[in-house]
Formats: sequence, structure tokens, C-alpha cells
Amino acid sequence: MTRRSWIGWQFTAPFLALFTLVFLAPIAYSAYLSVFRTRLVGGTTFVGLENYTKALSDPQFWESITRVVLFLLIQVPIMLGLALLVALAIDSGRLYGAGFFRVAIFLPYAVPSVVATLMAGFLYGIRFGLVGSINEALGLNLPDPLAPGWILATIGNIVTWEYVGYNMLILYSGLKVIDASLYEAAAIDGAGELRIIRAIKLPALRGPLVVATIFSIVGSFQLFNEPQVLDSLAPNSITTYFTPNIYAYQLSFAGQQINYSATVALLMGVATMVVAYLFQLRAMRGEAR
Amino acid sequence: MTATPTVRAAARRPGRPPLKPAARKPRRRSAVLTVVTGVMLAYAILPLAWLFISASKTQEDLLATFGLWFGGEFALFDNIADTFTYQDGIFGRWVLNTVIYVVVGAGGATLLAALAGYGLAKFDFRGRRAVFAVVLGGIAVPPTALAVPTFLLFAKMGLTDTPWAVIIPSLVSPFGLYLMWTYSTEAVPNEILESARCDGAGEFRIFFKLALPLLAPGLVTVLLFNLVAAWNNFFMPLIMLKNADLYPLTLGLYSWNRQANTVGGDVVFDLVITGSLLTIIPLTVAFLMLQRYWQQGLAAGSVKQ
Repeated sequence: MTRRSWIGWQFTAPFLALFTLVFLAPIAYSAYLSVFRTRLVGGTTFVGLENYTKALSDPQFWESITRVVLFLLIQVPIMLGLALLVALAIDSGRLYGAGFFRVAIFLPYAVPSVVATLMAGFLYGIRFGLVGSINEALGLNLPDPLAPGWILATIGNIVTWEYVGYNMLILYSGLKVIDASLYEAAAIDGAGELRIIRAIKLPALRGPLVVATIFSIVGSFQLFNEPQVLDSLAPNSITTYFTPNIYAYQLSFAGQQINYSATVALLMGVATMVVAYLFQLRAMRGEAR
Repeated sequence: MTATPTVRAAARRPGRPPLKPAARKPRRRSAVLTVVTGVMLAYAILPLAWLFISASKTQEDLLATFGLWFGGEFALFDNIADTFTYQDGIFGRWVLNTVIYVVVGAGGATLLAALAGYGLAKFDFRGRRAVFAVVLGGIAVPPTALAVPTFLLFAKMGLTDTPWAVIIPSLVSPFGLYLMWTYSTEAVPNEILESARCDGAGEFRIFFKLALPLLAPGLVTVLLFNLVAAWNNFFMPLIMLKNADLYPLTLGLYSWNRQANTVGGDVVFDLVITGSLLTIIPLTVAFLMLQRYWQQGLAAGSVKQ
């Protein structure tokens, strides 16, 4: 037993050492930084929870949170809804070329978010993008997708494009492992396609949907790449506190407010975990019912 | 240890037909449904078509001609040559960096996750439960939330602006460990391990010679997840690296685009577009070739909570 014990640690130790370095130590370090304040004159002083009370009454911090929550509430249902429809369509066996659909709709996932956003920036650009071309050709005056009023919707569109195929494949995999005898039973009972979807497929997809939603919640709260890349294409639309992550980044690298930046990053990390956890709890309770 | 994914358990039930829906009668195909789903297909594919078409244009045509059709001249190969020669060929350097970050980062992360997942699944040692709880908690911690604190810590340690600043964080994949633990529990029978021990084989020899081949499907899945994460990595390199010679492709393209949008900067939109096309080709090809593994992997990932 003691020898075994030692061996098990040997297998786990390399991972744990690095996990400590890139997960536990940064969390501890930012918790440490968050209770100090550094000033050019006066140096570093201990300020207790002052950075936290500052964050909680910081309108820029709240605006960034409101924005990602709005994003979460609108973009995620649209994306997962589309993914669900496509997964059901491909699984229905009624599509011509279903395999081609599956692979092609999944492909955008292979595109790094930086590249996807650069593409979108060009596509939507008024100068030589598609929107510009269409406006010119048809004499229309379509709104500028990179204007302040539209930029969040545009980011939603980019994120949907990137991840709809990935979520579709998660849901499709969930459909593939449904026991075929359930369909036979349903057919004997004379159930139609919609009835089968409602009574068999959707309940079977609950687990995969919970997983997909949790990943989407985390992704929304941590939104960074897309607005950061769009910033150089639409500088007037992306503020320095557009999302909490952009805010933490700006505070640290443009504002030199390292202690406050660590506080914001820590608060958002905790908030993300709490929301993801609460959602999972709720989803599990629904399943137990 | 009872949280075996129900999907995989179902897939392995004896007497069940293979995953192809062989048990279901062939259905009548529906043209309407195909067309409706085709809208989604167009949504997914059109930007990629635009990218390919745009990469084939000269910079003048890019500005002057319709986005979804070819310009007067097919300049793709000229553009590729320009991309690789601009700024003393730094693009090639970025390709090489990306390959190094991906191979070392994703490969290392997969090996570490396999070792640890196997260790947690197959050995009963003091503190195992605590380890597992901490690592599972790690799955819920988004890496981006840790990026700024990690930067500050690495700056203290003198690691910033070195390749290690990008590689070390990508070596740790809690989700990969979780998947490998699940696979190890299921795919490596304890009897085989016991008999190997009776023959006097060392534990690490047993792992590399006996367990790893059995873990191959899980390994491929975890490797693919890590591969995508490392290939797409942007936030970490952005904050960690100053020296452009160390950039991965994502950060390099970003810097070109930024430069083109700066007043007085060199306008290289054609290179940004061609570089983007070159960046997505390798992973796209890998996806098309390995799509079967992806599906299995995702099925194993979509465990019932």
C-alpha cells in the first residue's frame, strides 16, 4: 500500500506541479495583490478590501458586466438553438449529403478567433467589405456593423459563427448514442417525427446541452479576443472597459493599475465559476424531477 | 469513481448495433429540409469562400471588386510569396513558433494529463480525493481570468517575453485530465496491470507499454482539444510577448492588421488576408482527416452530469 501510494503520486506530480504554477499560484498572487495599492508617490500600501469596494461601485466595471450578461442572454440561446436545429436535421436521416453538412458547418471551429474576427472586420467594413459592396451595388444604406450601436451584435455574430458547428457536433454526438430500440418502440406506438423529438431526443440531449451552456457561459464572461481585435478596426466602438477581461487587461497594461486589475480579474473569475456552478445545480435539479 | 459517462456505457452494451443507425429504416430524403439546412451551411461557408477569393486578389482588386467573386487577376501565389518575404520573412518564423508552441504545449499537456489521469484512476494514494477536487475545480476556472495574474507572476520570475511564458500555461489541461481519468477507468482493465506486476514489470514500463496503447482513442481526443487551444492561443502571447520574433501566427496577424490601421503604417491588408488563409489551412486539413475521432471524443465529453 505504501509503495502504491508513492507510485500514484509519481504519476500525478508533474501535472500537479504545473497546475500549482499556472492555476493556484496566480490565484493566490492576485488575491495578495488585490489588498494593496501602489502609487507613484508613497509606494505600496496595504488597503484591505478597498479595491473590492472600489470595484463594486465602479460604473465602468458594472457596464462591462452588464454588457457580457446581455451578450450571454441573447447570443447563447440563438447559437445553441441553431446548433440544436441543425443537429436534429442531420440526425433525422432526411438530409441529402448529411455527412457533408456536418463537416462543413463544423469547419469554422478550426478558424482561430483572431482570424475569424479579422475576416469579419474586412467583410463588414464599409470601405471594401461586403456591406460596402452591397450598399454600392444596390444603392442601399445598410447600417455599419462596426458602429457603436451594432458592434455587440456583430461580435455575437462572429462568436455564433465560430462555435455553432462545435455545439452542433456535441449535440449530434448526444443524439447518436440514443438506444435504437427506443425509436423502434416509438414507431410501434405510431409516434411521428416531432413526437419522437419531444419525447426521446430532447430529454436525451439534456446532458450535452448543460455542458454546452456551461462552456458558453464561461466563454461569454471571458469575452476578450473578438473585441480586442475589432478595436483596431473600429476604435470608436470598443471602449477600454468593453468587457471585464478587456478592462482587466487595460488596467494592467495601459493604466499600470496592477492591484486593481488583479481585483477585477479575481472577481470575474469567481463570478464565472459561481454562475456556471449555479446553472449546473439548477439543471441537475430539473433532471431529478 | 462511479461517474462513468453513460453515453460510453451505452455504446459498449453488448448486442447493441454499431453507432451507424443501422436499426433505423432508411428515411425518405427531404429536399425542403436540405434547402433550409443549406442556409446554415451558407452561413458557415461563405466567409471561408470570401477569404479564399480575397486572398487571390491584388490589393487594388481587393478594394475595387465585389467581395464574393474573383478579381481580374489571380494573384494568390504572388500574395503567398509576398506574405513569406515581407519584413525579412517573419511570417515563416511565426509559422515555426506556432508549430513549436503547438507540438510542445499540446503534446506535453496530453502526456501530463494521461499520466495524471491514469495515476488517479489506477492507484489509491493518500490525498487522491483532494487532488481530484482541486483539479475538477480547475475546469471551471477560465484560463483568461488567470491570464493577468499569471503575467504578473511570470514577470516576477523573469519568464515573460520568453517562449516558456506561452508554453508553460498551455501544458496544463484540467479537462484533459478529467477525460483521461475517465478513459483510464474504463479502457485499462486492472487484471492486465496485476499480471504485468506479477511478471515484475515496473509501473512506468507498464504505463508506456501496456496502458498507453489501450488509451489511444482518449489520447487522440485530448490531443485534438489541446491542439485547437494551442493553435488558437492569443491572449497569453499578447500579454506575455514583446519580441515579434517569438509571436505565434495569431499574434503576428493581429500586429500586421494593427499596423495597417495605424496612421502612416504600412497598409498590408492583402498580407493579413493571405496570412489568415494560410493560418487556417493546417487545422482545417487536420479536422477533415480526423473528424471521426472528433466525434467520438465529443461523445465521450458530453457525459451526463
